[in-house]
Amino acid sequence: MKVLVAVKRVIDYNVKVRVKPDNTGVDLANVKMAMNPFCEIAVEEAVRLKEKGVASEIVVVSIGPKAAQEQIRTALALGADRGIHIETDEEVQSLEAAKLLKSVVEKEEPKLVILGKQSIDSDNNQTGQMLAALTGMGQGTFASEVVVEGEKVNVTREIDGGLVTVALNLPAVVTTDLRLNEPRYASLPNIMKAKKKPLESMSPADLGVDIANRLSTLKVEAPASRQAGVKVADVAELVDKLKNEAKVI
Amino acid sequence: MSILVIAEHDNSSLKQATLNVVATAKAIGGDIDVLVAGENCGAVAEAAAKAEGVNKVLVADNAAYGHFLAENLGELVAEVGKGYSHILAAAGTTGKDFMPRVAALLDVAQVSDIMRVESEDTFVRPIYAGNAIATVKANDAIKVITVRPTAFDPVAAEGGSASVEQLDVVKDAGLSSFVNEELAKSDRPDLGSAGIVVSGGRGMQNGDNFKMLEQVADLLGAAVGASRAAVDAGFVPNDMQVGQTGKIVAPQLYIAVGISGAIQHLAGMSDSKVIVAINKDEEAPIFQVADYGLVADLFEAVPQLEEELKKVL
Repeated sequence: MKVLVAVKRVIDYNVKVRVKPDNTGVDLANVKMAMNPFCEIAVEEAVRLKEKGVASEIVVVSIGPKAAQEQIRTALALGADRGIHIETDEEVQSLEAAKLLKSVVEKEEPKLVILGKQSIDSDNNQTGQMLAALTGMGQGTFASEVVVEGEKVNVTREIDGGLVTVALNLPAVVTTDLRLNEPRYASLPNIMKAKKKPLESMSPADLGVDIANRLSTLKVEAPASRQAGVKVADVAELVDKLKNEAKVI
Repeated sequence: MSILVIAEHDNSSLKQATLNVVATAKAIGGDIDVLVAGENCGAVAEAAAKAEGVNKVLVADNAAYGHFLAENLGELVAEVGKGYSHILAAAGTTGKDFMPRVAALLDVAQVSDIMRVESEDTFVRPIYAGNAIATVKANDAIKVITVRPTAFDPVAAEGGSASVEQLDVVKDAGLSSFVNEELAKSDRPDLGSAGIVVSGGRGMQNGDNFKMLEQVADLLGAAVGASRAAVDAGFVPNDMQVGQTGKIVAPQLYIAVGISGAIQHLAGMSDSKVIVAINKDEEAPIFQVADYGLVADLFEAVPQLEEELKKVL
């Protein structure tokens, strides 16, 4: 079966985010970018399904500027077979991203679509669910285990307070949580091979999708900074402060 | 304006997060209805009717909603919610699951995880794991919103007298079914919603030493967390990870033990009300965000903490 994986280019998770002085957004100039960590887990899961003989082909898609092709190449180096780049320099919000992915789903007809549960930039946690709703598919969000059995997929989901397993008809959408797997690193020979794998590029207009934003960002600010507090001399003083000063125990 | 709040519950009791979300609805202003969708959830509807400020409780009681499957809830809430100006749910794992489906079915954007209401269409929410705070304006006619419950003080659970109306809208999308669930047997609260969190880092040296933290946590009724360094070192499983790629927590009290305070970790806990850091390295960045810092060897300090807490609790 064919598996479609969506990946997003974001600020590397180890980079300290800085808000622009004019409060219009976050400074992305000369900042290290990388594949969203949850998307890495999505790619890894697809590759494992292929290694198990469950998946026959892995198509990776990314929406973003020209440079997002780096993240597609990374996914190809990890084991995806071909890439689709929907190129735009505009900000694409979740609903519009879901509409773009829907048009890719209609063309590619994958049995399974795997996405990260959220991107660590906008933290919306929406695109996978929206894609599932728009395509009339079932969804297994925040997955910690994915088992394909015939025309169904059983997805174990991380929920508040535990785990729940749901059975979904295929085709279906899965979004990944941290415990699903530990992504591998790409080997140098595979990175070289990835450069020769097919990568198709198109624009949102080619897909007939209007990507105008529905949400306007009025301003972006740094969070109220915490002041370093006091050093306590010993544990007794700490407990006394927590009980009598902060009143939190 | 009319606001539909989707109740969070387990079919037998109303979760407190619902009261926080009703408070968010009050901050927006307008008539507030609560939708209780579940199976044999009459007691939940009664509880919702008593919540302060609720106008009407709508009940969709059907097997299709018993396990809160997003496919079915999405269709139900989109159908019931299309007559409202705002649809609100808590940003727990249930709300995060079905609300984007509602937004997509209504062809509107969703505003996720809001922490403040500026006006009926403008909301404040964290991005980059709380390292930046965005003010966003929703331009669609229906605002679909998930709410960070800890950011709003709950309305009173008693005192209201809303009417209760049964709905006979049954939406079974037939796309998914419940197989089983495994809820944590631990008596400790869930990491994401605990009032107190005790976390360990690489300084714990191994997984066995986390037992020291568990003993302290049990005295405090706290959850136990860990830094990514402790998870990567294999001390504890990664569902305990607090940080940008783990759980984002904002408890009343966060006790960081043997945690240096990497950016990735601070992003997950710096909204905590009171932060305590115990670390032997006085230069550790965690002390820059800690309200109370103790420079000490954790293997001496944690057993002492347990003893001192026993005296005062």
